[in-house]
Amino acid sequence: MSEKIYYTKEHEWVRVEGNIATIGITDFAQSQLGDVVFVELPEAGRDLKAGEAAAVVESVKAASEVYAPVSGKVTQANAALADSFSLINEAPESDGWFFKLELANAGELGGLMDRAAYDAFVKEHA
Amino acid sequence: MTETPKYTPLYDLHVKLGGRMVPFAGYAMPVQYPAGILKEHAHTREAAGFFDVSHMGQAFLDGMDGDVAAAFETLAPGDVAGLAPGRQRYSVLLNDEGGIMDDLMVARAAPALGQNRLFLVVNASMKDADFAHIETKLRGRATLTRLDDRALFALQGPKAAAVLARHATGVEALAFMETGVFDIAGVRCFISRSGYTGEDGFEISVPAAAARELAEKLLAEPEVAPIGLGARDSLRLEAGLCLYGHDIDAGTSPIEAGLAWVIAKRRRQAGDFPGAGRILKELAEGPARRRVGILPEGRAPVREGAEILNEQGDRIGVVTSGGFGPTVNGPIAMGYVSPAFAAVGTPVQLMLRGKAVAGRIAALPFTPHRYVK
Repeated sequence: MSEKIYYTKEHEWVRVEGNIATIGITDFAQSQLGDVVFVELPEAGRDLKAGEAAAVVESVKAASEVYAPVSGKVTQANAALADSFSLINEAPESDGWFFKLELANAGELGGLMDRAAYDAFVKEHA
Repeated sequence: MTETPKYTPLYDLHVKLGGRMVPFAGYAMPVQYPAGILKEHAHTREAAGFFDVSHMGQAFLDGMDGDVAAAFETLAPGDVAGLAPGRQRYSVLLNDEGGIMDDLMVARAAPALGQNRLFLVVNASMKDADFAHIETKLRGRATLTRLDDRALFALQGPKAAAVLARHATGVEALAFMETGVFDIAGVRCFISRSGYTGEDGFEISVPAAAARELAEKLLAEPEVAPIGLGARDSLRLEAGLCLYGHDIDAGTSPIEAGLAWVIAKRRRQAGDFPGAGRILKELAEGPARRRVGILPEGRAPVREGAEILNEQGDRIGVVTSGGFGPTVNGPIAMGYVSPAFAAVGTPVQLMLRGKAVAGRIAALPFTPHRYVK
């Protein structure tokens, strides 16, 4: 199955395989947050609208909201994070994913960035 | 508010060390270095952490005719007159309503620093206001000299004494809350055995011109790592120490804040300090609220501003500092509650993002103080 990865200006990534999107935060985002000590994830079955607060990630310093980059129904939250929040620092773009959702409107992906555009965005705003 | 930040003499060194610089009390300060807050915190508890606290206010206060300590006692409730030369105390400046204008360290200067002189260290965010207040109130009795040409370091942790003794001969003999004048690499430094982490350690006042050189000497020691403001905050919170502007402010009395011990016995009997009416009444009858430690259940940090409810859901107080305690390995908080709910072990609820999280009142500090005996 082919997969494609999109990025947001809120420093999230969206990996799409078929109709399922996996969502996490980028390496740049985790480096800005610092050590993650807690994460609150959405429950399976919850309907999220693009732009809606979906998760909370807490570093030692502060709490940050993670927004749903696209709309859809949550199918799974990453259970591995419950035992090891440090996965978000160590492997933010792989094992440290936050949640998966079933896309409600694949057209929303068109408004997101590809890696090259995201890297340029970070360079410009960092 | 966008003002040009001020820089401490170690700004370039922080940048070189990879410090992430953030605005704090008008200064560009490192919130963390590449190691990160958790490692920096643990390093301070296990070895020795180096902190740049040059943004804090340092000053000499010199008496004119009478004892400078007697003059200073008109602004603060401590026994300053009873300080032997070189001895230091934690104290507070009080307003006329008995509220805390700032908390500070006051030392009677060691003989080598001068006679009839106090050495003050106050919070960065309050230093201009504090110094103006002291100058105004003590005009004709004492002269304040700001030491803006001096940097201030803190070296904190169980290995701090062994490290510093390599550079400042005899410094290991200082008692807790004792100060002295020592040479480090031929530079005259004012050193006190004190700090803001709950660990043994020192605060070291050095001439700004020598700050970079002396900081690099200490950082070159294998036990020493640079520590940012992030870990400074988590260390002091675990140690149950107040952060001015958060846990205490101009409306808070020392009695509410659990700082009754800063009101010396002689001063209570005399009632000769600002706001004595309120403070003596609170000592006798109890205050309307008390500062407490709080242990939230679970893993979610509960932060400043969170409401505290009793088991029935009535509001009984508010969190004033909260976050993750790396040594505790869980969320910790401090706040104020009605005295009826201040006993250790009392169950409470904490409002977090619209949901109630269970917790209980806990003894402070969260991690035992390890000051030198």
